[in-house]
Formats: sequence, C-alpha cells, structure tokens
Amino acid sequence: MAGISAAAADLGASAYKRRPSWVAWLVFAPLAAWLILFVIVPTLTLVALSFGEQRGLGTVEFTFTLENYQRAFNWTWLKVFWTSIWYALLTTGICMVIGYPVAYYIGRSPENMRNMLLTLVMIPFWTSFLIRTYAWITILSKEGLINSFLVAARIVPEPITILYTPFAAVLGLVYNYLPFMILPIYTSVERLDNAMIEAAYDLGARPVRAFSQIIIPLTSPGIVAGALLVFVPSIAMFAITNLMGGGDPPTIGEVIYKQFTSGRAQPFGAALGTLLLLIFIFTLWIGRRRSEE
Amino acid sequence: MAASSFPAFFRKIHGPVVQRWLFGAWTIGVFAFLYIPILLLIIFSFNNSKLNIKWEGFTWKWYGELLSNAPILHAFQNSLIVATATMVISTALGTIGAWMLYRYRFPFQRAMGLLIFIPMVIPEVLMGVSMRAEFVHLLKLPLGHVAMIIAHTTFCFPFVLVGVQARLQGLDPFLEEAAQDLGATPAQAFWKVIVPYLFPAIVSGALMSFTLSLDEYIVSIFTTNAQSQTLPLKVYGMAKVGLNPQLNALSTLFVIGTVVLVIASELLTRRKST
Repeated sequence: MAGISAAAADLGASAYKRRPSWVAWLVFAPLAAWLILFVIVPTLTLVALSFGEQRGLGTVEFTFTLENYQRAFNWTWLKVFWTSIWYALLTTGICMVIGYPVAYYIGRSPENMRNMLLTLVMIPFWTSFLIRTYAWITILSKEGLINSFLVAARIVPEPITILYTPFAAVLGLVYNYLPFMILPIYTSVERLDNAMIEAAYDLGARPVRAFSQIIIPLTSPGIVAGALLVFVPSIAMFAITNLMGGGDPPTIGEVIYKQFTSGRAQPFGAALGTLLLLIFIFTLWIGRRRSEE
Repeated sequence: MAASSFPAFFRKIHGPVVQRWLFGAWTIGVFAFLYIPILLLIIFSFNNSKLNIKWEGFTWKWYGELLSNAPILHAFQNSLIVATATMVISTALGTIGAWMLYRYRFPFQRAMGLLIFIPMVIPEVLMGVSMRAEFVHLLKLPLGHVAMIIAHTTFCFPFVLVGVQARLQGLDPFLEEAAQDLGATPAQAFWKVIVPYLFPAIVSGALMSFTLSLDEYIVSIFTTNAQSQTLPLKVYGMAKVGLNPQLNALSTLFVIGTVVLVIASELLTRRKST
C-alpha cells in the first residue's frame, strides 16, 4: 500500500503540470464518469441494498431495516466468514514459506538468469486459473492420476478421497496465488543492499542469523505486499474452493452469490457483502500501518 | 561446537554457498510444483484413453471433438466479443487517464489516483456483487454482454493506466514542448509524439486486459445471463462434473495461447528499458 500513497503524493508535486483546457476536460470526462459510475456508485448501491427488504422475486424495497445485519450475526454465517478467513490465512502463510526462498533465489541471481526465472513465474500467473485448477482435479480426483497409480500399484484397494477436502481447497488456493507472493518479495530482494548482508557475515553472523535478523526485516515491505495480494483475493475466491474443496464448508463468496441467484435474498446477500467490504478495508488498513512501521 | 571451530573465512564463504544451493534446489522444486500439473494436463490431452494413468497411444481426437462442440465454440465467441471490447475501451481509458494524471493539475486529483487502485485490489466477489446490484436495481441494465464488458473494463483499465504511467516516468518533458514549438497543437503533440513513445506500454496493457477479461470467472457470473455464457463459465461447469479429455485439449490450446501472449508482452516491456 506504500506504493499507492507514494504515487498519490507524486501527483501534486510537479510544477510541470498544467490546468486542462476545455477540450482536455472533454477528453477526460469519460474516465471521471466511469470511476464515479462504476466504482463509487456500485459500492453505494450495495450498501444501500443491504438495508432493504426483498419483496417477491426481483423487487427490493428500501425500508432502512437492520434485519439483514441481525440475520448475518448468527453462528451459521459467522462460521462461513471464519472458514473463509482461515483458508485465506493458511494460504497466505503457506505461500510465504514456499515463496520466500524462491523470490530470494531469483532476486540474488545474475541478471540474465533473473529475467528468465521471472518469466517462468509469470507464465502460470497469466494462465487461466480455471485451467490450473482443473489440472489438479485430473491429478487428485477418484479417477485421477494419483488414485489410478495407487490402485494399479496395489498400495490401496480402492481410490481414496483427496479431492473435495479442505486440504485440496487450500492446495488450490496456494497453487493459484503463489506468484502473487513471489513477485513483490522478489522486488524487495532485488533492492537489498549487498553491503548490509556482507557486513552481517563479516561481523560473524551465521547464515540463519543473517537471514532472520537482517535479510527478512529488510525485505518486509515485499512480504507485507505479498501477504495482502494473496490474502485479499483468496478470502472470497469461491471458484477454487468449490471446485477443489467441494464447497464444504462453504466460503463467503459462494454464500453471497447464492443469495443473489438461487437464494433470492438479495438484501441479505448485500449485507454479507458489506461486511466483507469492511473486512477488506480493515485488511488494507492493517497492511498500510505495517508497511509504514 | 564443531561449527564454531571453523576458520572464520571458511564460514564466511561456506555459509552463503550452502544457502544458495539449498534455495536453488527449493526453487527447482517449486517450479516443478507449478509446472508438472500443467505438463500432465497437456500430455493427457493426447492420450487415446479417457484420462487413465495408462498411455494408450497418441491421438488428436479430443481436439477434433472440441472443435465440433457447439456450446463451447459459442462460449468462446462470447468470450472473444467481451474480451475485445474490454481491451479496446480499457486501453483508451487507461492511456488517457495516465496522461491526465501525469500532465495536468485538476481538482480531486489525489482522490482519483486512489480510486483507480480500488478495482485492482478489491476481491472479485465484491466487485461482481456491487456491479450486479447497481445494474439490476439502479440502472435497470439487462445482464449480459454489455454488463460484462462494463464490469471487465472497470478492473482492466487500471492495469493499462499503471503500465503507461510507469513508462511516462521516463519521458523527456521537452519532447512535447519541442513538438509544440514546431507548431503542433496539444492534441497533435499527444497523438504524433507521446502515443508513439508510449506504444510498447499501451500494447502490453492491451494484451493484459484481453487476457484478464478472457480469464475472468467471478465477476462474469454476477453480470452474465444464460445466453452470454463466456468460456470460463463453461469450463467451470465442465470441471465441476469431473474429468473430460476435451477440457484437457481446450486447456492445452489456452496454455499455448497464453505463453505466446506473455512472451510477446515481455518482449515489448523489455524494449521499454532500452
């Protein structure tokens, strides 16, 4: 988040900037309108909807009721939030442990090798997440590669359940979001001052100590950014938790989606959405504070 | 005990070298984790049997079946329409926006700079659900192609904007001035001098929006209707049912397409630094 405030601070500074002419205003108007109409207004609509009441199939009346929120603060729904947060935290932690050494290795490689390794991280990042998730389904399912191997080798008498478990759900999330962790940490590692590390070794620090007391603190901006980039999207990524985890226990994204389609309780869905929005804002706020420390 | 009796110079060189080896091995392992599932997916798209671990001979038949699968082709068509429109609008909005924030001073500039980041970082579910709420209850806009294009553009154009902004950092401020001194209007200077300079960033932003839109699932299911199902929605439905070699074939084509796009985009961004 540090990047955002820095970018925003840069905007005002330059003396080179000028006031727009009326032609320039005309060209810029669509962008401003777009931001208002499709970023601000939808969010406000969602919040407004959460204070409404469902009347029949498609119609909602705005009655400014708090009923939807009362309904949301119930063990059933709190558990859904908890599952989602727990999955996202696990995913973030595992990505950090798996990703950090990779980011470090790439960041300390010679320049020509660095670009190649980065491209190798980028390719899965740009490959459709559904395809990558399906790849794991072909490996983990009852008729999948692992099970057909285990059965053929007579290690197990019949296929075991790996897919449609919380383990598979988190595996899917980790597989999908790992590059989001590696890239920002890599950026921090690349900026590391070599002299600092050499100084640590010169003063007698062992690799483990140099790592935990010098290198990791110095790269913490990248770690915080990576954690945000993994945690925020994975909290509501129900496509993966459904396909890999079988949707049991349900996560918040799916519950919201169902309220809007089959559940036909749109104001309630909007209330859950508003709560998720608060979690999102809270997470960004924490991330910002941590990166300012 | 033993370690502390090592000569200091040995420890100094030895430690980082061992660390480098360990991290290198770990990195190879992680790349295997990232790539083996995709490679298996590709290999089994050519397997004559229905996704058994046993290899029963090479075949193109799943590709043949895929290409005669009408619902998939229809979904692909929808995806192309949505992704192309998204790409065109996002590229225009993103490029103009970057120039506006870079070159002009106007009210609410800071607010605008922050607002642009929201669609990039917000969870997709929130984006989808708030868009749907607005379209259905406020704008009375029917869900479908247009709704999807609007929603996709909203999270794609900031990526173009950020990319173009990065390239603007390296722009020589006198370039535009020189063009205007030589008689160009601000509009001409923008089109004939600035846009060509920004071209690599614009193209890579366009490719990025196209890929992001083509791959979007969550925002799409909130804004689509039954007739305008895009490819990811179809793929999700197929993957939910279970194994299907046609899906392997489709995935293989997609992976190849992505690799080509990523490499093209990388080559363009590389040119940025020269």
